[in-house]
Amino acid sequence: MDVDALYQEIILDHYKNPHGAGLREPFEAEVHHVNPTCGDEITLRVHLDGETVSDVSYAAQGCSISQASASVLNDLVIGKPVGEAMGLLDDFTTLMQGRGQVEPDEDRLEDGIAFAGVAQFPARIKCALLSWMAFKDATSQALDIEEKTDA
Amino acid sequence: MTVVDPVTYDVARIREDFPILGRRLAGDLPLVYLDSANTSQKPAQVIEALDEHYRLHNANVARAMHQLGAEASGAFEDARTKVATFIGAPRREEVVFAKNASEALNLVARVLGDAGRVREGADVVITEMEHHSNIVPWQLLTERTGATLRWFGLTDEGRLDLDDLDTLITERTAVVSLAWVSNMLGSVNPLEPVIRRAHEVGALVVVDASQAVPQLPVDVAALGADFVAFTGHKMVGPTGIGVLWGRHDLLAELPPFLGGGEMIETVTMERSTYAPPPARFEAGTPPIAQAVGLGAAVDYLSAIGMENIAAHEREITAYALGRLQEIDGLTIVGPKEAVDRGGAVSFTLDGVHPHDVAQLLDSKGVAVRAGHHCAKPAHQRFGVQSTTRASFYLYTTPEEIDALVDALHHTKQYFGV
Repeated sequence: MDVDALYQEIILDHYKNPHGAGLREPFEAEVHHVNPTCGDEITLRVHLDGETVSDVSYAAQGCSISQASASVLNDLVIGKPVGEAMGLLDDFTTLMQGRGQVEPDEDRLEDGIAFAGVAQFPARIKCALLSWMAFKDATSQALDIEEKTDA
Repeated sequence: MTVVDPVTYDVARIREDFPILGRRLAGDLPLVYLDSANTSQKPAQVIEALDEHYRLHNANVARAMHQLGAEASGAFEDARTKVATFIGAPRREEVVFAKNASEALNLVARVLGDAGRVREGADVVITEMEHHSNIVPWQLLTERTGATLRWFGLTDEGRLDLDDLDTLITERTAVVSLAWVSNMLGSVNPLEPVIRRAHEVGALVVVDASQAVPQLPVDVAALGADFVAFTGHKMVGPTGIGVLWGRHDLLAELPPFLGGGEMIETVTMERSTYAPPPARFEAGTPPIAQAVGLGAAVDYLSAIGMENIAAHEREITAYALGRLQEIDGLTIVGPKEAVDRGGAVSFTLDGVHPHDVAQLLDSKGVAVRAGHHCAKPAHQRFGVQSTTRASFYLYTTPEEIDALVDALHHTKQYFGV
């Protein structure tokens, strides 16, 4: 197996210097997700400002793939409208589940395209998706809270 | 203590029995299989026994009145006899076939509760080094009955801390359940003082021998425990079959686990009466071919000799412990000397997560396990979320340990640590 396809330089850089790590205030929703097969964990907070993802902060324990993925997520979604962030989530999920057949769009996924190689390592796909699934969960909770406050 | 005799114990010869060990992996690399505590590989003798059973003797057991039925039933019951002899069981009826060790442990926990042997106010005592399969069934039992779950802690070295023996196992204790050999730390537990104390206060003792039966000579009669659970696939047998050994007088008084075919004496629409053990605990069509395969596995291990296998395990583990400790930044979690120690070595490597270690080792053809090894509390005790685990068996060679060490150096270089 060509591990270089998995461990792209970009992934190792994000792993060594994760962007936006740490838990911050304010936030509307906080979730804790675990990958039960390997024990990787993430606590992730989402702060929405109206329709915009204002902050995503996190504390994670895990392998290089899961840590780098959280870092890239942070880069990609902060400052974006929720709808667009969810679109990126769909793109990233499609890439991960594409068995290496999906051509990623660099204009949209930026450093996220480095994860294309992960799709060829089925055991590692969950690592790459851990933070994204936590983000999806936290954002939907934050939206529920906003809805209730508005109502 | 038996020392490996190179004349009678020929690893190269043993390896020839295991077809998979000759496999090449991606990049034409030879397989270095260091994940036997997870599941062992199978010799041709076991594979052929399964094959022959399905080709020539396949039928359901204990109910088919034809020739194949008689052959299949005979082979299934022969396997029970072989297992009983292998573990020194006083009676073959004490060997109950289950799906795996988890099911065997769940069976005991369930029926002890149903029998009222564990009630509100009682204690169940386990240890912090247990596999999840010897924690969760007891959590379920104590939640169901209102009993209290208590546990032995561990020393910094990764041994069972028996300082609390007399305060932890008391008149309140109904059951003590513990591993013989830890699947994560590798420690071999001193069962004798625990069993003695438990029996002093009238408690039953369950031993999870999943990592012990494959590596050590076992004599359940001499051991003195009340129940012993283990699984076939870790002892060169097939998956899908586990064993619960239990003292006959206990099995005879305990209620059934699952209801269904073969576990009954007679059934009316209102009620049923139950078969004597072991059938009482074997509802439905059992794992027949798997039992035959396990019988072949037991024959295979017996022919080599469990004393010889244990001696080889000690030597290869000692070699691995020495070589691994030469690596800067590598920390072994568990006893660092091959004394009262099984052949599973868990470790951390500074700056590289265990999944990444395992991935890099795999790229060199070295198969290990990474994660919490179904022992999250034991990892927590040592302040680590996960570890990489290399585990050895009767076919492991020093050259394979060298390949592991080389691949670990490569991993460090790759991640720049």
